Amino acid sequence: MSERPQGHVDSEERDAQRDARRPGELTLREMLRWTWRQLTSMRTALVLLLMLALAAIPGSVIPQSGVDSLKTSRWQDAHPDLTPVYEKLGLFSVYDSAWFSAIYILLMVSLVGCIVPRTFVYWRALRAAPPDAPRNLTRLPDHATYETDEPADAVVARAHEVLKARRYRVVSTDDAVSAERGHLREAGNLLFHLSVLVVLVGFALGGLFGYKGGVILVVGNGFSNNLTQYDDFVPGSLFKASDMEPFSFDVDSFDVEWLTSGPRKGMARSFNAHLTYRETPTSEDKSYDLKVNHPLTIGDTEVFLIGHGYAPVITIRDGNGDVAYSGPTIFLPTDQTFRSFGVVKAPDAEPAQIGLEGEFYPTYAFTKETGPFSVFGNALNPAISMLVYTGDLGMDDGTPQSVYALDKAKTNLLKNKDGSMFRVDLQPGKTVDLPNGLGSVSFDGVERWNKIQISQTPGKRIALAGVLLALLGLLGSLFIRPRRVWVRARQEGGATLVEVAALDRSGGGDVSVVITEIVAALKGVPQEEKS
Amino acid sequence: MTDAAWETLSNQAVAACGIVYFLALLAHLVEWSSLRRVPVEAGASASADAHAGGVAVATDGPGDAAVAARGRRTAMFGRLGLMLTGIACAAHFVALLGRGMAAEPNRVPWGNMYEFTLSGTFVVVLLYLVLNRRFGLVWMAPIVVGFVLALLMVAVLWLYDPVAPLTEALDSYWLVIHVVSAILATGAFTLGGICSAIYLAKERWPGPDTGPLARIPSLAVLDRISYRIHAFGFPVWTFAVLITGPIWAHQAWSSYWNWDPKEVWAFITWVVYAAYLHARSTAGWKGRNAALLALLGLATLWFNFIGINYFSSTSQHSYAAPAVVVERDAPAAVAR
Ligand code: HEM
Repeated sequence: MSERPQGHVDSEERDAQRDARRPGELTLREMLRWTWRQLTSMRTALVLLLMLALAAIPGSVIPQSGVDSLKTSRWQDAHPDLTPVYEKLGLFSVYDSAWFSAIYILLMVSLVGCIVPRTFVYWRALRAAPPDAPRNLTRLPDHATYETDEPADAVVARAHEVLKARRYRVVSTDDAVSAERGHLREAGNLLFHLSVLVVLVGFALGGLFGYKGGVILVVGNGFSNNLTQYDDFVPGSLFKASDMEPFSFDVDSFDVEWLTSGPRKGMARSFNAHLTYRETPTSEDKSYDLKVNHPLTIGDTEVFLIGHGYAPVITIRDGNGDVAYSGPTIFLPTDQTFRSFGVVKAPDAEPAQIGLEGEFYPTYAFTKETGPFSVFGNALNPAISMLVYTGDLGMDDGTPQSVYALDKAKTNLLKNKDGSMFRVDLQPGKTVDLPNGLGSVSFDGVERWNKIQISQTPGKRIALAGVLLALLGLLGSLFIRPRRVWVRARQEGGATLVEVAALDRSGGGDVSVVITEIVAALKGVPQEEKS
Repeated sequence: MTDAAWETLSNQAVAACGIVYFLALLAHLVEWSSLRRVPVEAGASASADAHAGGVAVATDGPGDAAVAARGRRTAMFGRLGLMLTGIACAAHFVALLGRGMAAEPNRVPWGNMYEFTLSGTFVVVLLYLVLNRRFGLVWMAPIVVGFVLALLMVAVLWLYDPVAPLTEALDSYWLVIHVVSAILATGAFTLGGICSAIYLAKERWPGPDTGPLARIPSLAVLDRISYRIHAFGFPVWTFAVLITGPIWAHQAWSSYWNWDPKEVWAFITWVVYAAYLHARSTAGWKGRNAALLALLGLATLWFNFIGINYFSSTSQHSYAAPAVVVERDAPAAVAR
């Protein structure tokens, strides 16, 4: 039924070529050529595609450090035995790993090796005339014959017109017409495959030259775009800090709307961070409402709002009555009610360093069974409940520490006289004295923070253009039906015998309909156009 | 109409379309069972003129009026089944519309698994009805209708969720285009997969030349129909997964491709279907292996929908545990 696209050497043919000689007879040159042919064969492409699909699976099962570093490190802590093995195999960053890269690079090599020769073949085929009619049209799988009283040359002339009107390229001889159409299909196919490369280039550019960073800002604070201001920063391997655009912005205020009824009660929506920004230090102030799905674009950089939470304002006074810590402290939400976790460190407190660890509840509630919890994400009845640690917070030995974790190795948990844990349970405006003359803790109020993500993704337009072209090529490749039609008429006895045959060259078309239509048109029967 | 009324309407429409699908299924089953007695030529010609479209018409047997009458009855039940399917499909649409109108603010009806299943099955039926004219798909009527009915039952019994507004990140017109195309492609791939499955079954058990099974087209025709449907689904899937998806992800989460489990599996599906299209023109892979690849593609597609939604809480697309508002990654520990 179907025929290979021109210029494509079928692997069976190749096998035949290969079998003609025994391997011992191959020279190095021939070896290389043979390897190249194997690599660029359709079957190899198919196998490589399947391998690519298979290789992508682990990355959806095992947490990926490039996707979610927190989750990855938690997983690694939970699986100490597997972690080193997985690390060796690159399973925590599958999509950058050597083996994953090897597969897609081989695929791309195969792709280039496949489309370059095909492009030349196509170029030649474009200008070639439709091939002559085979001697025996009735041998083709799809054919039809009929007899008529018309003279043969009249039928041939009519066939020429009929096929021309159907936008075939037509060549006539004395007794036969050859027609062909659907050349653009191969062009579409080539465009598609070429565009895959373009997408890859765009994607790679983003990975190499781009960056992505995040910062948590307490509402009211500002940010200017340089490396020191980021909380986390993932640069591409060829990224240069000088590529960063010198903008800055302030988060002036932040609104959320809380749903107080309905099935999603408690859910927050309509996040809106009101920004004032400057494209360069000297340019004028502009304002922008930063919302989910509405990033701010400054030059090539984009600024996104991707999270929010509470920052209780906490003040610690030490045993001398001096302020050892004061300010809004970022607490990380642990669930939808914005029950949040945080720590406060006062390394300069005298006589001993003080650390707090505990939770913040925007709408505090308590039952015997559950302990304290938050009923609602909005800060209607805020409260903190924290434990106090004193001693050495481990901040003086120079090793970097997370601001969201307390190093408790060399500290003591503060207890009441009766031996129970001492808790700082406070509502805004309240203060509690610590036992043993260590000082006091005040909960002064609640502020909010926004998590802002900033990224620069060069090549994203190239990638987009690539996929759009790929789609265009694909549509051509899948929906243009290349086919050849031949009509032959000859005098046989007293009548004219007309043979019509058609060949579908895409493997997806049904040419019997085409033949029926053409026969009808040749006979002069009016027929609705349909294909 | 109030939101609650819309929601009630939607529920009633689901019930109604379920009943009508059931009646359609019955009609087709009667049609098939009466085919059992139609002689070979009638059954075969009914399937052979796939391109004539429409309902199989049992041609007059050689001078046998009883056979002709039976053939007419068969055809009538076939038409009845088709008509009932059309009616059910309309009710199905009302059910979707009701879900969308019941939300405040009004929205597209795919906020959760229940609605996605409702939409997906709707597309399967719609495509079946539309393509039926072109490819003559009546022979797969009982399978399609039965399949959709089963899925609707699953949706109503296990997946039902009351109407709720979308989370903020889902509120984007790119997302609307993204999901419409994803659902459309899912429907197409499902329909194409049914063809491929039947292809494999028919290849394994060629079946009798008489009776209902003889209506199923030849292997070549099955292969071609399956290819055509997949060839429609593939560009749509490409559009959904590699164009609109990334555009939306870029708006919402700053990078257009995150290797999130849902994205990974959508990519896998894409690659497998690309392999299917290749296989159809690779020596040694045509036919059987290509059909197997199509089913593999369908398996990855459904796994992505069912498996990832239920089992992966890391996915931003997860319906299993609504992610903490807009956070996708809790702010990573910060080194001082
Ligand atoms: C990134 C890897 C590749 C992808 C995603 C891909 C995808 C596709 C798709 C979707 C089609 C279907 C279009 C159609 O049916 O006309 C196709 C067709 C085709 N591909 Fe690829 N391809 C890849 C690599 C290759 C390679 C390496 C070769 C070379 C051996 C190749 C050769 C072909 C050929 C000859 C066709 C036309 C088949 C036909 O006539 O139906 N492809 N490809």
